[in-house]
Amino acid sequence: MNIVVLLKAVPVVGTERLDGSFLTDRSVQLEANGNDEYLLEKALKLTEAHGGETITLTVGPAGSMEPIRKALAMGAARAVHVADDALRGSDMRATLDVLTAALKKMQPWDLVFAGADTSDGQGGVLGAALSVTLGLPYLSYASEIEPTDGGGVRIHRINPTGYDILEAPTPAVVMGTQLLGAPRYPSLRGIMQARSKPVETWSLADLGTATAAVGAGAATTKTLDAAKPPERAGATFVREAPDEAVVKVVEFLAARRLI
Amino acid sequence: MTVLNDEQKALRDAVRELAQDKIAPRAAEIDASGEFPRDIVALLAQHDILALPFPVEYGGLGTDMISTLVVIEEISRVDASCGLIPAVQELGSLPLLHGGTEEQKRRWVPDLASGKILSAFALTEAGAGSDAASARTNAKRDGEAWIINGEKRFISQGDVADIVAVFAVTDTSPDAVKAHRHMTCFYVEKGTPGYTSPRVEHKMGIRGSTTAELAFADAKVSDANRVGEVGDGWALAMKTFERSRPGIGAQAVGIAQGATDVAVKYASERKQFGKPIGAHQMIGAMLADMATRTEAARQLLWAAAEHIEASDAHAARWASMCKLFAGDTAMAVTTDAVQVLGGYGYTTEYPVERMMRDAKITQLYEGTQQIQRLIIARDLLASL
Repeated sequence: MNIVVLLKAVPVVGTERLDGSFLTDRSVQLEANGNDEYLLEKALKLTEAHGGETITLTVGPAGSMEPIRKALAMGAARAVHVADDALRGSDMRATLDVLTAALKKMQPWDLVFAGADTSDGQGGVLGAALSVTLGLPYLSYASEIEPTDGGGVRIHRINPTGYDILEAPTPAVVMGTQLLGAPRYPSLRGIMQARSKPVETWSLADLGTATAAVGAGAATTKTLDAAKPPERAGATFVREAPDEAVVKVVEFLAARRLI
Repeated sequence: MTVLNDEQKALRDAVRELAQDKIAPRAAEIDASGEFPRDIVALLAQHDILALPFPVEYGGLGTDMISTLVVIEEISRVDASCGLIPAVQELGSLPLLHGGTEEQKRRWVPDLASGKILSAFALTEAGAGSDAASARTNAKRDGEAWIINGEKRFISQGDVADIVAVFAVTDTSPDAVKAHRHMTCFYVEKGTPGYTSPRVEHKMGIRGSTTAELAFADAKVSDANRVGEVGDGWALAMKTFERSRPGIGAQAVGIAQGATDVAVKYASERKQFGKPIGAHQMIGAMLADMATRTEAARQLLWAAAEHIEASDAHAARWASMCKLFAGDTAMAVTTDAVQVLGGYGYTTEYPVERMMRDAKITQLYEGTQQIQRLIIARDLLASL
């Protein structure tokens, strides 16, 4: 089973900032999107248990290489990195077109894994949209993913009371949640082996995508303004020993009619 | 030589994350209990951290010296006791790597690299500290074996080690002693009849790293466990120090960096007289000095590693210089960190008091600071 994991390189959480055109500044240090790492972990577990390769797919600037290397260090067999200056400022539609073209070029594969959303974009629609552009089954909010005997895929989809069990033939697109299990730390041996694993870098020309169709110029939406959320009141620290601290915490909550 | 390459950075970042997430939360508990953290050994083994300095052909990662130092620093930054685990694993293995036969390396190194077995290095004795050449533990030939008698003291992880490099006197003739050909190195395995670890020390710092007394009462060791030629012991020990002293330097830099981290964060949050204490010039200046000294110690350490790895004629001097400077830096910086945190720093609510206690050992072991100065001065004068 070959699994492509969509891996977005996002600004290190907590350091995000906007540039002059209200676009996320990607010249800062980038890390793998947290949600994507849970899917990567699941893909690695599945390919380790059932054979096949885990391949990551990233669309992003040169700074994406660090999180890509980390994914390879964790165990991904190889990586595809779509990098092109023209992509800067792309909206979700353009990103969808580029991912679709890249996934078609990467065929054959059995599954595409997407995280629930990204820490810097929060769109949360790319997995679903890809299933439309690729014409494939879409399985969402997975808390468990496993192959079926017939060569398909079965997932547990979380619902308000527990989970549903869904099955689909492959190839298919699966959007997963953090319930899949925490990502591993790369071993040092993995880090050293990652240096020699193949990373294919594709430009828009390699994908046959016109540069005019992507980037800020082709965006169908425009950010007019951005504002920070209002600052919250300072935290109250309770530093007393547990016996006294409990009393203080209860008083604090009671004073605010929270208990 | 000022920056790390991409691979070294990747190793550093991975170990930093692991240390923050998995070791830092255990640090206070390890210090309080004084128990050797077997769970951390397993963690380090699982992530190939113990494998770093060992050759690839024996299951190691065969990294350069700076990578190993960076990893020891990152672990020591959150817990100096745990940072010592990979350092001691290398220390105890260096005589084997330097003087062992192919057969001996095949026998032990794969298990050392995987962390299946732990090693220790036993040179010091109660009456032979800085003057290690005056050691009394002796080995006498008995056919195809050797009979070892004596005691070793202050042996890091000696009680938990599966194999210990023991340096024993095999020739008491004045000529041999004068030529430093009087000692031989033997790897003594746990369970060898006559070999015991009767007690461990109660220490001020690095309380999670056990420091043991080892006793040998007619302990019989096969000649196959002798590493190096008879009489090579002292030279093997000295060669070992060229590589192991920078490891302690790295531990010291890690302690200093950890204390600086805590002090800077505290100084930015703690307010007195209406502003963060770091904005008061006297505290700000302390933070600046702490960061500068720590970085200087780190740079000297990396420079030393390059010279030692290139088999510089003055490798021993470089090893002593980096350990000397880093140890004194760790002591000064941790003392200042406690000062920055004031009363809070003196309590176990914050980790700086532990770091200050831990820092002291880096001025004592692997040769005291006085011995380092002696080595440096002798080498300077001999170079004229």
